[in-house]
Amino acid sequence: METVNIKINNIPMTVKKGLTILEAAREAKIEIPTLCYLKEINEIGACRICVVEVKGAKSLVASCVYPVADGMEIFTHTQKVLDARKINLELLLSNHHQDCLACVRNNNCELQKLCLELGVTNSQEFKGEKQNFEIDNSAKHMYRDNNKCILCRRCVAVCSKNQDVSVIGCNDRGFKTHVGCAFEKGLGDTACVSCGQCIVACPTGALSEKDHTDKVWEAISDETKHVIVQPAPSVRVTLGEEFGLPIGTDVTGKLAAVLRRLGFDKVYDTDFAADLTIVEEANELIERIKTGGVLPMITSCSPGWINYMEHFFPEFIPNVSTCKSPQQMFGAIAKTWYAEKNNIDPKDIVVVSVMPCTAKKYEVDREYQNAAGENIPDVDISITTRELARMIKKARISFESLPDEEFDKSLGISTGAATIFGATGGVMEAALRTAVETLTNNKLDKIDFEEVRGLKDIKKASYKIDNLEIRVAVASGLANARKLLELVKSGEEKFNFIEIMACPGGCINGGGQPIQPASVRNFTDIRQKRLDALYNQDKNTKIRRSHENPAVVKIYQEYLEKPGSHKAHEILHTKYKEKSPF
Amino acid sequence: MAILFQGTKQQELELKEVIEKHKDQRGALMPVLQKAQEIYGYLPIEVQKMIATGLKIPLEEIYGVATFYSLFSLNPKGKYRISVCLGTACYVKGSGDIFDAISQKLGIKNGECTPDGKFSLEACRCIGACGLAPVMTINDDVHGRLTVNDIDKILSQY
Amino acid sequence: MKSIKDLNLISEQMKYIIDIRKNNTPTDNQYKKHILVCGGTGCTSSNSELILERLNQELQRHSLDDKIKTVKTGCFGLCALGPIMIVYPEGTFYSMVKPDDIPEIVESHLLNNQIVKRLVYSETLTDDGVKSLSETNFYKKQKRVALRNCGVINPESIDEYIATGGYQALSKVLTSKTPDDVINIIKDSGLRGRGGGGFPTGLKWSFAKASESDQKYVCCNADEGDPGAFMDRSILEGDPHVVIEAMAIAGYAIGASQGYVYIRAEYPIAVKRLEIAINQAKDYGLLGNNIFDSNFNFNLEIRLGAGAFVCGEETALMTSIEGHRGEPRPRPPFPAVKGLFEKPTVLNNVETYANIPQIIINGADWFASMGTEKSKGTKVFALGGKIKNTGLVEVPMGTTLREIIEEIGGGIPGGKKFKAAQTGGPSGGCIPAKHIDVPIDYDNLIAIGSMMGSGGLIVMDENNCMVDIAKFFLAFTVDESCGKCTPCRVGTKRLYEILDKITKGQGTMEDLDKLENLCYYIKENSLCGLGQTAPNPVLSTLKYFKDEYIDHIQNKKCTAGVCKDLLSFYILPDKCKGCTLCARKCPVGAISGGIKSPHVIDASKCIKCGACFDGCKFGAIIKK
Repeated sequence: METVNIKINNIPMTVKKGLTILEAAREAKIEIPTLCYLKEINEIGACRICVVEVKGAKSLVASCVYPVADGMEIFTHTQKVLDARKINLELLLSNHHQDCLACVRNNNCELQKLCLELGVTNSQEFKGEKQNFEIDNSAKHMYRDNNKCILCRRCVAVCSKNQDVSVIGCNDRGFKTHVGCAFEKGLGDTACVSCGQCIVACPTGALSEKDHTDKVWEAISDETKHVIVQPAPSVRVTLGEEFGLPIGTDVTGKLAAVLRRLGFDKVYDTDFAADLTIVEEANELIERIKTGGVLPMITSCSPGWINYMEHFFPEFIPNVSTCKSPQQMFGAIAKTWYAEKNNIDPKDIVVVSVMPCTAKKYEVDREYQNAAGENIPDVDISITTRELARMIKKARISFESLPDEEFDKSLGISTGAATIFGATGGVMEAALRTAVETLTNNKLDKIDFEEVRGLKDIKKASYKIDNLEIRVAVASGLANARKLLELVKSGEEKFNFIEIMACPGGCINGGGQPIQPASVRNFTDIRQKRLDALYNQDKNTKIRRSHENPAVVKIYQEYLEKPGSHKAHEILHTKYKEKSPF
Repeated sequence: MAILFQGTKQQELELKEVIEKHKDQRGALMPVLQKAQEIYGYLPIEVQKMIATGLKIPLEEIYGVATFYSLFSLNPKGKYRISVCLGTACYVKGSGDIFDAISQKLGIKNGECTPDGKFSLEACRCIGACGLAPVMTINDDVHGRLTVNDIDKILSQY
Repeated sequence: MKSIKDLNLISEQMKYIIDIRKNNTPTDNQYKKHILVCGGTGCTSSNSELILERLNQELQRHSLDDKIKTVKTGCFGLCALGPIMIVYPEGTFYSMVKPDDIPEIVESHLLNNQIVKRLVYSETLTDDGVKSLSETNFYKKQKRVALRNCGVINPESIDEYIATGGYQALSKVLTSKTPDDVINIIKDSGLRGRGGGGFPTGLKWSFAKASESDQKYVCCNADEGDPGAFMDRSILEGDPHVVIEAMAIAGYAIGASQGYVYIRAEYPIAVKRLEIAINQAKDYGLLGNNIFDSNFNFNLEIRLGAGAFVCGEETALMTSIEGHRGEPRPRPPFPAVKGLFEKPTVLNNVETYANIPQIIINGADWFASMGTEKSKGTKVFALGGKIKNTGLVEVPMGTTLREIIEEIGGGIPGGKKFKAAQTGGPSGGCIPAKHIDVPIDYDNLIAIGSMMGSGGLIVMDENNCMVDIAKFFLAFTVDESCGKCTPCRVGTKRLYEILDKITKGQGTMEDLDKLENLCYYIKENSLCGLGQTAPNPVLSTLKYFKDEYIDHIQNKKCTAGVCKDLLSFYILPDKCKGCTLCARKCPVGAISGGIKSPHVIDASKCIKCGACFDGCKFGAIIKK
């Protein structure tokens, strides 16, 4: 390893060559504040909050992008540096609607935190013209309030670099510069895929999910309604972060307990529907392979991906599995089989989902998602992990001290295969477990498909099943999805089965998950920690194959007949439509 | 207020030809936007969408570029485009007053167009005719060594 | 064209041009006289195209067109006197010519050898004829290196360029110098970048040469952004081949085969002439593959700017060529390592390039013999503002402001008092009278709070308000800030607002402190040169003209009579003749009064445009 000798605040140290000053300072146990910097995603040195003094440099330098060099002498907290950071914040505040007390990010705002830490005592130090923006509420899943935007551009970077969607960018220039869509349209009038990655990248309250918790509270307090809840697989390994637990803490038991205490009539689990999805989807794959159907088949559980495909790759509509997503399958079963069995009018059932995802808010309103009949949506309300945390805090329930409880039977029964849905490659692995065993009629000794696990951009694997070779690929993050789809389109590579998740790393890193500040994200791979927790749960679960889920087996026996049956199609499958790329 | 797009088939063909010519060139967007503005006079959404499709560049990125550079316009210009130089040499010789007087006279601000579509007004930064300061241009005509008192006479020529 | 022999052949054939125009000697060539008409932007704006057209018609009518050659040249420099034309070999300098003057000039001067005295620039008139332009005050202290061909040759003729020694430098380096030789010559010459910061050119080239890469680029910054500087435009309009030749030399030195000229779209004439020049150079094999049979390939492309000052910043310029918003990016990595399309890139401005071929031909020592210790060679200044001889001047580094303003520039018109000279445009500062004798070079200008910038030099007199000037430049910066970094995006806006407050008489003394603090903050913290230098106009005026600021704040007074909110127009009843002119001129009907009786201005309606003030023939209107 090539190293350089530097001094930070007069203390000599040796660090790896190529590090930025920010990284080197961290090794010296100094956390230089940042705002715009997101490692490998947004390294533009724009906000200037991370400035430090370097001996001999003619001005202060942005430590986030400035590499260390041999003999460099760095000073991270001189009077000049501290003053500069403070003025910087005061200037940002001078063009910011300081609405902190009523802001969704109050207490979880990077700007607010820095103002406190860096000693801003007069929020009106600089007065002058402020930009005035209307709040964009055109999208189903989120708000954009540019009055709180500090132009760090983290949202722009994730939208274009990670997601290849590029519906937001910087418009105009100078003081008028603002983040927006082409021709100042609302997000809802663009090809935005609702992934919400911009929200989790935002340091302030400029971007936020549409909060639908009021609707949930209203349903819960309506005695005529039967309110059932389904949390998604990944929520159980992220919710704890909202209550100060370490990243990657598995809080499944507390999750069931808290949902019950919030007043839901039944506490079920999306994991159940994930198993159902696998059985249905594995069957679809086998059918396509056997009957010469359109291949590769591509998974359909990520609604951000479905939106992306409809806007940018509509030619792949025939490839995408027609299976509804687990969220929607759950709702469909709840309002048909479950309603019939318990003799409840489906109109009186309110299905609430707790999702890692903002695109799910869009998905609940999609067409062809109403198995129980017109005007009876499969799922009524979809809230994010963050919104659930907000409900828990509002109800003043001490989450951390709750006992572990179980989900209700039978829509709360699930397998390890369902748990890993929350991670990139998880759906693929779960489907392979079922597909391979179904095809071979043999129980596998080893059901860990390690090749499709992990955070690599695109994962490829090939499996020999009897005489059949199945080539699979997994991509997460839509920019990676594009790369993979281009490979398929050009004929350069052939696959039978592809899993695509809109968010990098899958649902554990969804747009509805707890927001970790850049100071954490830049130095910890939060995805890995959350993902490890899911695989750990899978490993310790008794039943790890979706087709062995007793509740799923029972539903087919009692109601759906068999995977891919006419009835299954009516209830569990959906359709897609081409949309404009603009 | 949205202005109805009145692009012709001929213009569209011309633009497509431009896109075809530039599409494999690195950094093609700027030249294509410049040519597109020459063809249409401005860069409405219809035109930017054609460019987005042709060059495979996201529409927002194109819009971001179009709104960054002051020579690109999202709105049609007047029949006569008045451009008053507010470069330093002209400014110290009073071009700010010239600009204000025209603005007052026509009742339009920087970047606007008179309701009849006859005149549009903008400030520019130095056309390089500093020897004639203060200077303004109306379309291709250059009017130099101006005083506020010349305005009426000059505008009446159009 | 494959060899130096071919080049020399053309040069020999075209030699008569130099004889007639530079040496004022008659030749055997069929064309005994050359008439040069300035086709620069300034003169074109005042109808020089039409003059040339009329001239050609008249020559034809008198069957002189086969004896007298007309040439449309680039800028002569003395823009204040435009449109300009010169008759060679004797060098009669006609100024402020109108198309209708042409028949007279042709009949009297060309047919009857009687110069038209009333149109000859008075300073060149002598008792017995005319004296050479180079002996006039405007030209005699000048030393034209970068501008050497401007106003001398037809910029649309590659042969004329070759006649003046053009492309000899390129042939010399390709046939007898190694890339390192070239870089060493440039290093030894002491040439520094003429576009702003003054970075040593040779050093820059050596960095780019040292970077390993399959592709490298040479770029030319012709996005002259300083409002009030136009030397780059003039060079491209008057001598485009010099830039092409220099860029090819740079390409050879660093190992690049592709160049880009990024030029302002607002310079249509320059763009057109550069296009013509590039095509000619291609036709002659001076661009393209295997130039002078040396295996060296070099191609040039033009890219137009679209109105963004920040694109003069090197990384922003490259981002713009790449087709993006012209936003700068942090350095390092420097362009010499990772520039255009992420490849090693050298960027110089037009004037810098215009020096290169001469340095190669005449040697590093020749160049280094001009100028001051740390600033070698000459510098072109665009002289403007309150000065008699507005135009372009090129003087050795180290010439004083006084020499430029009083001698070359002819002083301030109207007997007004010199107040300050602004150099460096929006990045520079205002130099007060007390520093008028400082020899101008990079370092001295910085020491007195300004900078060289691209060489705009705007003269201001007692009627210019320094707070207003600072505000003017800040308005420019606010407008032109790319909006990427906080200090520049928000900071300059707040600076502007404080200045605006002061010019409206609403400022406080605390505002002055705040202004200064904010200035230093923006300088220290901005991402690029634009922001880092944006406060200079404020800081330099605060330094030298603080009393004016205080006057605005404490006495609510703008002595220069510029800040409208602090100023009212009055009619002196005893001087007013009641001619009604002012009432007619007033665009808002604020002036009333009967014929032949004193008028009055209704202050509540007055927009302080000054139309009445400018129009009054009796000096009856005052502002205070």
